[in-house]
This record gives sequence, C-alpha cells and structure tokens, in this order.
Amino acid sequence: MIIDIKDLHKSFGTNEVLTSIDLSVEDGEVVCVIGPSGSGKSTLLRCMNRLEEITSGEVVVDGHRLTDPKLRIDTMRAEIGMVFQQFNLFPHKTVIENIMLAPQMVRRLGTEKARERGRALLRKVGLSDKELEYPSRLSGGQQQRVAIARALAMEPKIMLFDEPTSALDPELVGEVLAVMKDLALEGMTMVVVTHEMGFAREVGDRLIFMDEGRLVEQGNPGDVFDNPQETRTQAFLDKIL
Amino acid sequence: MSTLLGFDWIGVVDFLPQLGVGMLFTLLISVVGLVIGFVLGAIFGLARLSRFTLVNWIATAYIEVVRGTPLLVQAIWLFFALPLIIQYTLPSVLAGIIVIGINSGAYIAEIVRGAVQSIDKGQMEAGRSLGMSHHVTMRKVIWPQAFKRMIPPLGNQFIISIKDTSLLSVILVPELLFQARTIASNQFNAVEIYTAVAVCYLAITLTLSGVLRLTEKRLELRA
Repeated sequence: MIIDIKDLHKSFGTNEVLTSIDLSVEDGEVVCVIGPSGSGKSTLLRCMNRLEEITSGEVVVDGHRLTDPKLRIDTMRAEIGMVFQQFNLFPHKTVIENIMLAPQMVRRLGTEKARERGRALLRKVGLSDKELEYPSRLSGGQQQRVAIARALAMEPKIMLFDEPTSALDPELVGEVLAVMKDLALEGMTMVVVTHEMGFAREVGDRLIFMDEGRLVEQGNPGDVFDNPQETRTQAFLDKIL
Repeated sequence: MSTLLGFDWIGVVDFLPQLGVGMLFTLLISVVGLVIGFVLGAIFGLARLSRFTLVNWIATAYIEVVRGTPLLVQAIWLFFALPLIIQYTLPSVLAGIIVIGINSGAYIAEIVRGAVQSIDKGQMEAGRSLGMSHHVTMRKVIWPQAFKRMIPPLGNQFIISIKDTSLLSVILVPELLFQARTIASNQFNAVEIYTAVAVCYLAITLTLSGVLRLTEKRLELRA
C-alpha cells in the first residue's frame, strides 16, 4: 500500500476539520473522494503531501512517515503530483517553461532533456501547439491539462487531484476528465477529490464519502452509488443525482 | 525674450557648467543611493515576511524608525551628530548616499513586502507540491511576478528620493540645489537660477517616468 493514514486528526484552531480518518490506498488504485463542501475532502488530500500539517495521527506515503522531522519533504513531494482546482500555473512562464521548471530545479534535468519531456507530455494531453503560449491565453480546460502535464513531468508515483474540474465551464470538463482517465488506465495511483459522479463511477476503483470531517462510507463506486449503506451517504446522493 | 518679465534668462547659460556639476552629484547620489535602497528594501521586505520573530522584529524596527523620522533630521543627525559619537565626519557625498539608501530602503521594503504578499498563495503551493524548496519557489515563481507589481510603486519611490536629494544641500553635498544657492547668493539672480533648478529636476523625473512606462509596457507584453 502506497498511502496509509491512521487515526488522522486535523484542526484549524479549535475547529476540528478531520476526525479520526483511517484510509489506505493501494499502488495503482484510483480512489475518488466525494462529499458536501466543508466535509474536509480537500484538507485530507492536502495532508497527503503535507501542504497541511496534521494535528495528530499518522500519514505514511511510500513507506515514509510525513510527520517524521527528519524527512526531506521536498524529496517526498517530488514523488507526489498535485493538481489544483485553480490550476495555479505560473503566469510569467510559457506552457513549456511551466512544465520544465521543476524537473530542471529539482531533478537537475538539462534544458534539452526537460524540453523533450515537456513536449512528450504536451502531446499526451493534446496541447502540442500551445507550447509557447502563456497560460492566460489558454482556456480553463487547457490550463488544467497543462497543470497535469506539469505534475507528471516529475514522474510522480502518486497523483492527487483537488477538484480539478470544479473551476471549469461545463463544456471544458470532459477534456480534463479524458486526460485523467487515460492516466488511470496507465496504472497511475490517483486520489481524486471530485464532484464528477460519472467519472467516480466509471474510472474509480473505490469511492469514499466524507461528511463533517469523517470518512462515512467507502467501497466499490457502483455499490456505494446504487446501494449506499449510510443514511448520510443516501441523503447526499439523493441531493446531487 | 532674453529679458522676459525683466529677468536675465540668457545669463543662466553662464552658470550651466556649475549647475551641470550639481546635476551630476544629484544623479550620482540618486543612482547609488537607490541601488543601496533597493538591496536594503529587498532584504528587509523579505525579512518582514519571515517566520523568525527576531528577523521580523528587526525589519519592522528599521522600517518604523526610518519612516517615522524626517529625512532632513536623518541627514543632519548623520552629518552633524554622529561625528561627535564616532569622532569621524563622513564625507558629505558619502553621508548623502547613505541617507538616501537607508531612507528609500525602508519604503522599498514595504513595497517589496506588499508585492510578494499580493501573489496568490496557490503559486507557492504549486511550487512546493512539485518538490521545489521554499527558496527556489520564491526565486523562480514568486519574485518574478512580485517584481512586475513593484515597478509602479518603485517608480514613485525613485522620483520621491531623487527630489529628496535636494535636502542634502543642508549637509553641504554639492548637488544641484546647493550649487544654485551658491550662485544665487553671489549673483542675486534667484528667479532665474531657481527656475533653472526646477527645470533640471523636472527633466530628470520626466525621463525616469518615461523609462518606467516603457519597462512596464515591455513586461506587459509577456503575459
């Protein structure tokens, strides 16, 4: 198992946003996390690469305890790609430069090697013709695909997606989900916080429902959608489906 | 025209070499002082953002003390008071450069802090999530974007500091206004000379404004 979370608690001040979370993710698994806003899904995801410091409990990623004070978190994060709701592309850099930066700075890749890798990834996400554009000239869907390519350029073992399509116009959601589906089919380990129930059902290996900071229910996506065991899951699914 | 309003405007030409010397000192002190000010501003501006309380406190103290006292008092203190403490009088030009540097540095520190803080938090998170250190993300992602936002307020500060160099005439820096005062007190041509001085300052600041506008436009072309 590549991610192992035990009895994780997270508070912001006196406000506990995650309560006693136990969760493990297998290598190559695609786990989708759903739940109402404010349920702590994004915070849970951000605990997996220590963008949030946890209050108590344990998060082990690829055999390393993230709370270990001796852990070199930058080295760890290089193995964990993350895609954000707001894309967070670097606006002062072209598309290809966005992708090349981290491999050059962290992996010490030469310019040409980094460019080659960047081009290959742009082909993969279908944006070869946008190499020299600045992010502001791209649509939201295109920006998010560049952001995925940027994360993949580090050749991570895990990809975390934090509501990757929530900021997109409806007609642009599909192109991003298609890239993510390809990635899942290649065997990438993925944790996806999403509101895209179709994607969760079709692509996810496991579905997790969270509410009020707790992991309420998990299981095979089809089972959870069609036959939820918990009343809170039922109530949530009734509202959105 | 040469005696417009009864004043001898053409006569100013005789004093152009001396005003030129003054202008050179004004430019020298402005340029060197502002380079020092920018370095100080970058250091203390980033220090203001530091997690380390002591570093933060030192930067805040520097900014508050400098902003809270008049430049004229700072200059006089450095040139007339400090020598009584350290038993050494700084050359006036050096004192002038130091005053402009330290003074503009405090204001520039606030400009730097504001610009860095204005960059979306997601930028730092994106950099860190890719495995880049805080330092590398700062240098490669945050700073270039922040720098672009600094240009308009920096231009403002540069213009203020250039005009502030005129105050250094009281500590005997041979800059533009000092030269003009020397000439006017001997020649009794205050109207002509001080008008010429105003035009000289305007020429410097307008040139700088133009350069800044061009720089901004050039940077705007890129995203």
